[in-house]
Amino acid sequence: MITTLFYILSAITLATAFLTILSKNPIHSAIYLVLCFFSIAGHYLMFNAQFLAIVHIIVYSGAIMILMLFTIMLMNLNKEDEKNKSVLSRIAAVVSFCLVALVLLATFIKAEPQMSRYYASGEDYQSIKVLGQVLLNDYMVPFEFASVLLLVSMIGAVLLSKKEYING
Amino acid sequence: MDQALIIEKGIFIVAVFAITMLMAMYSTLAERKIAAWLQDRIGPNRAGKGGILQPLADGLKLFAKEEFFPNTPNKFLFVVGPAISMSMALMTSAVIPWGDRLEIFGRTVILQATDIDVALLYVFGVLSVSVYGIMIGGWASNNKFSLMSAMRASSQMISYEVAMGLSIIALLMMTGTLSLREIAAQQHGMDWNVFYQPVGFLIFLVCSFAETNRTPFDLAECEAELIGGYHTEYSSMKMGFYLFAEYASMFISSTILVVLYFGGYNYPGMDWVEANWGVNPANIIGIAVLFAKLCFFIFFYMWVRWTVPRFRYDQLMRLGWKTLIPLAIANIIITGVVILLADNA
Repeated sequence: MITTLFYILSAITLATAFLTILSKNPIHSAIYLVLCFFSIAGHYLMFNAQFLAIVHIIVYSGAIMILMLFTIMLMNLNKEDEKNKSVLSRIAAVVSFCLVALVLLATFIKAEPQMSRYYASGEDYQSIKVLGQVLLNDYMVPFEFASVLLLVSMIGAVLLSKKEYING
Repeated sequence: MDQALIIEKGIFIVAVFAITMLMAMYSTLAERKIAAWLQDRIGPNRAGKGGILQPLADGLKLFAKEEFFPNTPNKFLFVVGPAISMSMALMTSAVIPWGDRLEIFGRTVILQATDIDVALLYVFGVLSVSVYGIMIGGWASNNKFSLMSAMRASSQMISYEVAMGLSIIALLMMTGTLSLREIAAQQHGMDWNVFYQPVGFLIFLVCSFAETNRTPFDLAECEAELIGGYHTEYSSMKMGFYLFAEYASMFISSTILVVLYFGGYNYPGMDWVEANWGVNPANIIGIAVLFAKLCFFIFFYMWVRWTVPRFRYDQLMRLGWKTLIPLAIANIIITGVVILLADNA
């Protein structure tokens, strides 16, 4: 039954991902992307990663995509306004995406699953208690760097929105 | 999983669904009666004794109305909008502990549909997704007033979600768990969280008003500027769903307020009742206590609605971003310092 569920979810993920790219209306694209995020959260749930699934929904569907929809609705993009991107920038986008994919793939191949030591102790490694301890004990420095990065981007966003007042 | 558990959970979920619907239905009547009472009128009293059948009459009227579709290229999304609002308003009830336990035919029945590890995050997840109902509905109406109002409602909900999340963090630092069942169990007797987190409770309360789009934050329905709000183009049961979703989410958010800060099903002397009268009477009183508390909060929502005038939009945003969020952060820091001092002492 789990296998069937996996195939259904994967079909939804892939179909909505393609529809995101192919649909002409930017709002439809955004809504398909939301559905895609939901099905990815479904994949996380099949791994019993409850925390990851919920956080994925809160962050991606609940925050990022809502702000994206907001922008698209307010800008009222039409087909006429849409500028055709030059070939150079298209190639650059494809190349940079491939590089990112390469790095991700390399990380996943080299990565060493940490689950085995939890299998032995029988601890639920998906629970937020274990997750929080690992995050703040073993990975303290990257965690703090990520939060500093977020803070910097937040301040940057505030500064960008205030730019006109500084100049004027 | 054994079959009895599935049947038990199934019955429980249907019961919770029915109670939510019933409460939402009678909240509409209660709202009109309380409005009448505060304005020195009588209120609806024609359908049934004292207007008790009024919600049924309203429902029948909404069903019988014409299904109107505006001239929109997005008929599907136009229907999806109210559907999302309604289902998200009902989904939260899955993680709420309605009571501790009952013993029926020798089985211990846990009075909660599911006790997941991340229950509180689940509530926030559902809350953040419910913005889509308003946004998609307002956009698909193909009407600029609907769109403006949907924008207002959703930006208000997003802004107050931040302060709400921050006010909850201070509570989580105290309880050390995200499971609503454990949070409720920790407040045994009169050990309610509101006595330890009064500021957090106030922030959470204000944000709940904003999240449910109730006065003084119901700018989305500012009739003078925006006609009828994001559901201007909706008619018949589709509008009924939007209105119903508001009352259902009011019921659910009152329940969450009670569970998080007012002890849920706990009441003073519950140990004595359990020791002398047995487990079942103690827990049935517990459920009754929970409902009494949440009915008070539903009344509080209505009381505020008919007392306080609506905010202006810039005042609303200033309150959210410049008052509540810094206050919530200060609350987190003070809670952290106090916990640290208490641990070291």
